[in-house]
Amino acid sequence: MSGLRVLAEPILAEPAQLLPARQQMAFTLMFHIIFVPLGVALPSLMLIANFKGLRGNDAVALTLARRWSHVAALTFAVGAVSGTVLSFEMGLLWPGLTGRFGDVFGIPFAMEGIAFFLEAILIAIYVYGWRRLKPWTHFWFGLPIPFVSIAGSFSIIAANSWMNTPSGFTIASDGSITNIDPGAAIFTKALPYEFTHFLLAAYMAAGFTVASVYVVGWLRGRRDRYHRLGILIPLTVAAIATPLQLGAGDAAAVGVFNDQPAKFAAMEVVTESGAHQPEILFGWYDSETNTVRGGVSIPGLDSWLAGGSTDTYVTGLVEIPVDQRPSNVTVVHWAFDVMVSIGTLLMLLVVWFAIAYWRRRDVPRSRLFLWAAASAGVLTYVAVEAGWIVTEVGRQPWVVYGHLRTEDAVTQADGIWVSFTIIVVLYTIVGVATVLALRAMSRRWRRDDETPDDAAPYGPRPAVPPDLEPMPGSGPAGAEEAVR
Amino acid sequence: MSTADGVAIILVVAMTLYACSGLADFGAGVWDLTAGGRESGRQPRALIDAAVTPVWEVNHVWLIFMLILTWTAFGPAFASIMTTSFVPLTLAAVGIVLRGASFAVRKDAARAGGRHLAGWLFGIGSVLTPFCLGMTLGALMTGRIHLSGTATAPTADPGTSWVTVTAVLVGLLAVATGAFVAACYLVAEAHRRGLPATEAWFRVRARVAGVAGLVLGVAALTALYVDQRRMFDLLVKRGWPLLVIGVLALGATFWLAARSRDRVRRRGIRPAAAVGVAALVWAWAVAQYPYLLPFTLTIEDGAGAAATMRWVLAWSAVAVVLVGPALVVLYSLDQKDHLGEDPTTSRETAPVGSSEPVGEVVTDP
Repeated sequence: MSGLRVLAEPILAEPAQLLPARQQMAFTLMFHIIFVPLGVALPSLMLIANFKGLRGNDAVALTLARRWSHVAALTFAVGAVSGTVLSFEMGLLWPGLTGRFGDVFGIPFAMEGIAFFLEAILIAIYVYGWRRLKPWTHFWFGLPIPFVSIAGSFSIIAANSWMNTPSGFTIASDGSITNIDPGAAIFTKALPYEFTHFLLAAYMAAGFTVASVYVVGWLRGRRDRYHRLGILIPLTVAAIATPLQLGAGDAAAVGVFNDQPAKFAAMEVVTESGAHQPEILFGWYDSETNTVRGGVSIPGLDSWLAGGSTDTYVTGLVEIPVDQRPSNVTVVHWAFDVMVSIGTLLMLLVVWFAIAYWRRRDVPRSRLFLWAAASAGVLTYVAVEAGWIVTEVGRQPWVVYGHLRTEDAVTQADGIWVSFTIIVVLYTIVGVATVLALRAMSRRWRRDDETPDDAAPYGPRPAVPPDLEPMPGSGPAGAEEAVR
Repeated sequence: MSTADGVAIILVVAMTLYACSGLADFGAGVWDLTAGGRESGRQPRALIDAAVTPVWEVNHVWLIFMLILTWTAFGPAFASIMTTSFVPLTLAAVGIVLRGASFAVRKDAARAGGRHLAGWLFGIGSVLTPFCLGMTLGALMTGRIHLSGTATAPTADPGTSWVTVTAVLVGLLAVATGAFVAACYLVAEAHRRGLPATEAWFRVRARVAGVAGLVLGVAALTALYVDQRRMFDLLVKRGWPLLVIGVLALGATFWLAARSRDRVRRRGIRPAAAVGVAALVWAWAVAQYPYLLPFTLTIEDGAGAAATMRWVLAWSAVAVVLVGPALVVLYSLDQKDHLGEDPTTSRETAPVGSSEPVGEVVTDP
């Protein structure tokens, strides 16, 4: 009986605001994270195309760069407002976190603020300075953007790493927080592996997604230089990032094994402690009996992955008090397995691409490859979301691992279900509108590219002032631009 | 002066910068919303779009700075404000999403109906956010926000204590100030592009917004007198020079906008508006000093760890060094017409004139 009461207490003591607050935070985070890889990595792709275009006097590459920067402007704008909402939510939903620990882990957010500010300025200059600034001046203005966005990611991940492996403060016997060292709060144990893992994920997501857009066009028969470059530039970037990510992901898992045993036990669904732990793929975890039903079990593999040998001792969920286990182990475990499975599939795709490109120096011909590449963008995003579920849900019931429970950080204000509903409706509208706008962009550009040069000899004069000189073309796109 | 005071000053500077840039952006949205039907509103909306596009995101980063600075340096006060003003601040966030997303999407939406809807949402967001932020400031000034306890030991009941006459009037004043400043800026922009009819259109609106702002300002002061006499006394006793400067500078802004044929006078519009808005913000800051939460929590008592405050001061210096020059470059490139939509990538919009004649100069209908 007392065991049941221990199980029930966390749910009974939970404030009413906790569930809607967690749902709202999760929803806004998952929405925002869609736009983050584009803000972090798409500028690199556009600059690569820009550089190719300027160096080789290549109008097709320049068109790609211009259009990618236009997409970057839209996605950056939506990402900026969803990021602003997250800043608000740090106070609206979790005043117990920011109110209490704000001066411990607030500095990385301030750093991110500077990085983001610089990025907004440089993107504005780059996107709205096309063909008004001198070409190379324009390129140099854009070049700092990827570095600035890396600095921004570094700062935000530093804050998240602090939540997972907190340091830089002491909690005195009366509960007050002392000995605050903001430097130690920035450079925490989890930072190196969290940051590397996320940065590579961003480059993979942007690379595979941009490539998949042009792969779809390629599959529909549009096989010109424009689509060829649109596939090869981003796919090459993703292909470089993916094998590195295999290593970074492994390092992150080992890091979590060492630093957050409860999270590791949940994501690998390790029920009993001991050595020679099997790797269990999928399956269903039963929290009442602490057992796993179903799933595929590979003997010894989990211990081997965690510590290099099957003798590695892994802490099981049995050793973790019930009120300190993540509330939904199955969700954490499935998210982890989905993420790793997709990562493995992407690695296979990249190896295939590498071999095919080495042999033919062109977009691979196989329809199976093309179909796989077309879905790689969406799959990478599924992996990114799954990864964030692993790390955020896996950290529960803590918001600051080992120090502050999520239920103690939530607001006392009423109306969270209302705000959650409003936000879901609002974000759905914004998401649909963004997709429609991107499709409208794409259709407009396709129509522009496919309109023959002599379609309307006495048609209305376009809005380009005569002193803006188009770049000398090499092919239909270039000649068309000269006419326009 | 302590480090905590230094950080409080930096916070007020961030607020001032937000008020000088972001508030005008919201004001532009007000005019976009009230510009009339699709045909009659086409030219003013095109001007607003052309003027705001390169700088709109940059104008709003200050708000994120303010949020982060407050929770880093003055955590308990931040938690209290966020709890008591949960409703207006949530609505402010909703307004920001409406505004930002609609503005960005509007450019590329294929159908005119979609663009018009996006325009509506952009305008609604542009009214909602400054109103709600102003309401929060009003609630703060009238002492409605108390230090809340921890989640497990609540003290003050937030309830609807943030809805007062003063708060509503401060919110409306924020909207009106933004609209006024935006109208003055747009007069200058219209003149720069050679659009006399649009210029006159915005000049009328500057007058209307200026009068509305003045009336609302007096009304807000009266409400404050009735509601929170102590704050009113502080504002008038300590802040009257700044209030006077503010009103005079904004009056000068209007006078300069009304006679903007002279290039020197036109150049003076932005500095005059900035001085006016800044003076009003600083009048509030001076009145509220030394309280974070009037009249229960002072800056000293609510400040975070000394080490953190030092980091914040260092961070501010870095921010000025890195961001300052970049901002100057952005604004000067924009004012010299080096920034604008690329016609072969963007949807073709009605050309909005230009500062130098290039081929066709668009004249007003």
